[in-house]
Amino acid sequence: MFTDELGQGGNAAGGPDNSAGHHSGTGESLVQLITPGGERVSHPQYDAWVREVTDEQLGSLYEDMVVIRRIDTEATALQRQGELGLWPPLLGQEASQVGSARALRDDDFVFSSYRENGVAYCRGVDLADILKVWRGNASSGWDPYTVNMATPQIIIGAQTLHATGYAMGIQNDGADSVAVTYFGDGATSEGDVNEAMVFAASFQSPVIFFCQNNHWAISEPVRLQSHIRIADRAAGFGIPSVQVDGNDVLAVMAATREAIERARHGGGPTFIEAVTYRMGPHTTADDPTRYRDANELEDWAAKDPIARVKGLLERKGLLTEQLEAQVAAKADAVARELRAGCINMPDPQPLDIFKHVYSTPNSWLDRQEDHYSRYLASFGDPAGANSEEGAR
Amino acid sequence: MIKEFRLPDLGEGLTESEILSWKVAVGDTVALNQVIAEVETAKAVVELPSPFAGVITALHEQPGTVVEVGKPIVSFEVEGDDGGPSTGGPAPAGTGKREPNLVGYGAVVESSGRPARRARAFAAPVAEPVETTAPAAPVVEPVETRATAAPVVEPVETRATAERPRSTPPVRKLAKDLGVELMAVTGTGAGGLITRDDVRNFVGGGDLPAAARALAGAGEGTRTAGERETRTPIKGVRKLTAAAMVSSAFTAPHATEFLTVDVTPTMELLARLKASRAFEGFKLTPLTLVAKALLIALRRQPSLNSRWDEASQEIVQFNYVNLGIAAATPRGLTVPNIKDADRLSLTELSTALTALTETARAGKTSPAELSGGTISITNIGVFGIDAGTPILNPGEAAILAMGAVRKMPWEYKDEVALRQVMTLSLSFDHRLVDGEQGSRFLADIGAILADPGMVLAMV
Repeated sequence: MFTDELGQGGNAAGGPDNSAGHHSGTGESLVQLITPGGERVSHPQYDAWVREVTDEQLGSLYEDMVVIRRIDTEATALQRQGELGLWPPLLGQEASQVGSARALRDDDFVFSSYRENGVAYCRGVDLADILKVWRGNASSGWDPYTVNMATPQIIIGAQTLHATGYAMGIQNDGADSVAVTYFGDGATSEGDVNEAMVFAASFQSPVIFFCQNNHWAISEPVRLQSHIRIADRAAGFGIPSVQVDGNDVLAVMAATREAIERARHGGGPTFIEAVTYRMGPHTTADDPTRYRDANELEDWAAKDPIARVKGLLERKGLLTEQLEAQVAAKADAVARELRAGCINMPDPQPLDIFKHVYSTPNSWLDRQEDHYSRYLASFGDPAGANSEEGAR
Repeated sequence: MIKEFRLPDLGEGLTESEILSWKVAVGDTVALNQVIAEVETAKAVVELPSPFAGVITALHEQPGTVVEVGKPIVSFEVEGDDGGPSTGGPAPAGTGKREPNLVGYGAVVESSGRPARRARAFAAPVAEPVETTAPAAPVVEPVETRATAAPVVEPVETRATAERPRSTPPVRKLAKDLGVELMAVTGTGAGGLITRDDVRNFVGGGDLPAAARALAGAGEGTRTAGERETRTPIKGVRKLTAAAMVSSAFTAPHATEFLTVDVTPTMELLARLKASRAFEGFKLTPLTLVAKALLIALRRQPSLNSRWDEASQEIVQFNYVNLGIAAATPRGLTVPNIKDADRLSLTELSTALTALTETARAGKTSPAELSGGTISITNIGVFGIDAGTPILNPGEAAILAMGAVRKMPWEYKDEVALRQVMTLSLSFDHRLVDGEQGSRFLADIGAILADPGMVLAMV
């Protein structure tokens, strides 16, 4: 897991021409390096970006994808068991998340939406921390600076502004890290995303707009959102874009690396449209069978991202029993850790609410805290330690 | 140790769900995350994965029951702490404590009898009046004023302090639907909260004073509304069926044609086929042959196998046939379809029909089987009906209703004979199909059933 040397590849020497505005993406076809059948096909422009991916690394990409699918199913079960209030499944989007997240360096910064739990895993976020918000135990899950990933943004598309702002900060610092922001097809219709792209283009900021086009904005199909390819929207902002097979982990990685190199070397922003599919419901409170044709689901099941890598490993003779056992064991262990971390998570205490607002003492807040603690104490329950009223 | 699983809030802020079925029985050993039940919420039908690995010791609710969130539904015998939470597990029932494993505001146990607002340690005179007046809602006095006076302003004057008793929005809705005045109902829930049962008991009569009951019914003579009519919430399959029928009936202009056919030759053929070795073990019925006749006739009139795509302003001509069969299931009408039915031989068609009806009756039809149909058959003959106007399955251009096969006096070789006769009713979408194609199609089906040998001239 974690960001690894895979992210260091594709440097300027080995990579193809990546000068800014080299291609707009308009009219170009979907970039694919692995067919749904698991066959590696060559691509004149993008092969170079994943040339040095070793067999072992391919196996570890496979492992990450299997593990995040397991995290997803386990969390869905935990919701059905009353342990989580809500969960947004990422089923089907594993390649988009792993392929892009594994292309990043530790000092790059991620601004995601709420479905990027696979990205969070790749960034090394503690498993229980991923669930905290969904269990209603905290207002946000983790310290963003320990993993260089902001906590999930619920407001659709708002994180793109945060990413662009952060990227402008990188420019001010003169650093060579990049900001990556994740959002969906629906978000591209939001004002925030459009504003972020205007600023990113104007300032040529090192930000990557990573759009997972999963075809459904809750119940709204993507074709109603955009009459052109989502990737082609970027051209209007003067941002180079690429449409990539989002169920192909290598293609996603290649496109992300190209974008990262462009950003690191002053080439400005890139828009990546990863064409994938949300196999599950929007959240555990949604029933997609009410608005979605089951045949569509079948079509996409045939393009499953994990089956595809598995097929490639098999063709290369790498899918050994040992690898499969190792991956299964890892997934089991992660699922166990996730469940235990969720169930044994301590409930927040009533007075905790005052701890997370200011980093320095604040007299106004101290006063409120004093009032609230005395109010809790009036129930004959010192400090409200067992108070139910304030517990949640 | 015994662990209980309480019904969680499966959506966002749901207060109850209906248990559709149990997938396990008492005594079964289940694994963690094994599906144990199917539950329908206001939002979706979902499967419940087991939160523990262990043995089922009790199922507390029957299928078909609507259960409040937070109520125990199943108990497990769990070995040690394996597979379950060691400390955060569900507490025993009735403690009135909030369950640490339940999240969402639907999780508070409503019927625990414990007031939501706790008494503070010091004297709290402010809270007193609320606590005392609420349950003792003045019942009699407002009744009299209401019963006599039309403009109902008086109750405010007579008892200015009378507060509407506490209840939840769904209960208020229920009360409104049943015509119950909540002021007259005595709440038995926590802190005098009025529950659904209180409202239902009130309507059912219960042991309330007559004056109070007078408020409940709008009519004078018969107030026991619960006995004379039953109100069932519109939901689930019934709701979907209604929506589909309304949208079909009011978007596709239906035209219906009828044809009565002497199907004696088909019935004789059916008997011969059943007796033949090639069809041994297959379940052949008139429906099988009608379906086959429809598929053969459809090749000559493909426009009946099409769809009107309003959104893209296109007519979709299907080059395959997914044949829908209307099925009455325990949960209502469903129309599962047989994929690529046009490519099936008679035996394959028979097998597919048998499987489809069995799956539908068991209520296990998958969404994939329910969508993507291109044309449908409904067999009203099994109910002894001759003809009717079938309503199109939304998105399809035609539907054929087959009537009962009856022995009737019929013209046969210029004489009147007792023949086996069936009426076919065909509805088609007149936007897609003209009278000519519809008529030819129906005539072809009739011709095949009247003389199966006609197939030779058609294929």
